[in-house]
Amino acid sequence: MSDVTMRIWRGDSTGGQFENYTLEQNEGEVVLDVIHRIQATEAPDLACRWNCKAGKCGSCAAEINGKPRLMCMTRMSDMPEGPITVTPMKTFPIIRDLVTDVSFNYAQAEKVPALLPPPMPEGGYRIFQEDVERSQEFRKCIECFMCQDVCHVIRDHEDNKQHYAGPRFFIRYAELEMHPLDTNDRRDLIREDMGLGYCNITKCCTEVCPEHIKITDNAIIPLKERVVDAHYDPVAWLGRKIRRKTKVSAQDAAVQPAP
Amino acid sequence: MFEERKAVTALESSTQVVLGGTRGGPDVSTLRQDRWWLQPVITVSILTSFVIYATWAAFQGVNYFVGATGVHELISPFYSPCLSTSCVEGSSPFGFAFNVGSLSPALIILIFPLGFRMTCYYYRRSYYRAFWWSPPACAVADGHTNYSGETRFPLVIQNAHRYFFYFGVVFNVLLTYDAIRSFHVVGGGWGISVGSLVLTLNATLLWLYSLSCHACRHICGGQVRSFSQHPIRHKLWKLATPLNAKHMNFAWASLFVVALTDVYVRLVSSGAIRDLVFF
Repeated sequence: MSDVTMRIWRGDSTGGQFENYTLEQNEGEVVLDVIHRIQATEAPDLACRWNCKAGKCGSCAAEINGKPRLMCMTRMSDMPEGPITVTPMKTFPIIRDLVTDVSFNYAQAEKVPALLPPPMPEGGYRIFQEDVERSQEFRKCIECFMCQDVCHVIRDHEDNKQHYAGPRFFIRYAELEMHPLDTNDRRDLIREDMGLGYCNITKCCTEVCPEHIKITDNAIIPLKERVVDAHYDPVAWLGRKIRRKTKVSAQDAAVQPAP
Repeated sequence: MFEERKAVTALESSTQVVLGGTRGGPDVSTLRQDRWWLQPVITVSILTSFVIYATWAAFQGVNYFVGATGVHELISPFYSPCLSTSCVEGSSPFGFAFNVGSLSPALIILIFPLGFRMTCYYYRRSYYRAFWWSPPACAVADGHTNYSGETRFPLVIQNAHRYFFYFGVVFNVLLTYDAIRSFHVVGGGWGISVGSLVLTLNATLLWLYSLSCHACRHICGGQVRSFSQHPIRHKLWKLATPLNAKHMNFAWASLFVVALTDVYVRLVSSGAIRDLVFF
């Protein structure tokens, strides 16, 4: 097999630069294999995260030739001719080399109000298959945070991290909002504190998702439409008012003492 | 079943987040090596061409209707429904009209289809990338220093998409009526011409574009929390979902065909070509 040159970002919070490593490329290798061979031969201090090597843990997310990819799922044979550039995820602060501090995502995860089911009915809760299937797609998320990395709202505008949850957590909010047993209403929260309106649906999150979750079409846009229901649709608002009044009138009639 | 829901606020987070920390990689707009610029260039070319043509066609005010002079009655989708007092005889399906002076009849109605496309989730993706560079492509730096997305005026108006969808459906009904009318032979009877097929294709693609819309999918059943409690809406949602997956295709196809239909009607109406009649 021919030789390949890897341009890898080396550095930490004080700065860094590209370093080139030229080595033989073996058949069937993925980028992570080559990174491991560089660690084993030329640069034992090269830092990178990895775990399952099967595209299921999300640890080895990095930017390969400028695009967020899982290193363990990117075949060397699919790379174009010339040096291959590997850099850490750009949206998050660097710790060292290819390792970034993704605490932003853990903080966002902690903020999500959990499922709140109604009191247990006699016989237990029952959920039908069609309701289970609806959010099944969202549960495939492996938390590689590449969708967060590619989202320009925080990638290019650091200040937005204070009021924007990001695509990974919009999936989580969508899953909860579509849960038939949940009694929490997160629409105000999603609009005001989680910054759903900052998303301009350019679909980059969907493009990079290694699990092929239709983040924009099946989670973000449905959430945007639910926010429209709650805040921007006068007909829906009027409908809610009438329904509420009708319900209150019916309850009042029910508690009237019989003549 | 559980319609009454309680609004909640965000929980407290104990994780310390570093804002403004040093980021890895060089300070360049992108490290992508592929032709990421190609898609924005194609989008800009097509949408700009369409806008230029549509603006020209809308301001013409002539050659938008083939009436008694032709074999089949054909009307351009840019001018249907024709609601101006200046409309050519036979082109208006309603018994009323607005006096807009010398203004082209197209200018009264174009705000509705234009608004539907401008607020469409797919077109938003396309023009935010191609025209606004926000961002021009994935993992390519945003072209703006500050960014507030769709949280403020004027972009907060994008939330009115469902209302443009409702108007779009009304227009689709009218364009379907135009398509059916185009099979009617002037002077009596029914027949098929290239013009009637073009109008039918146009109406069909506009229906597919509207019914595949994300707002339509939401209205059909996406807004319910429990499908099992709303079986009819679940069925409607299941019909809308596969169409929604093709929304991009319908968006482009309907855009091309609506312009093509106007071109065809304009050519026949001006006498440049004859509407080919099959029978």
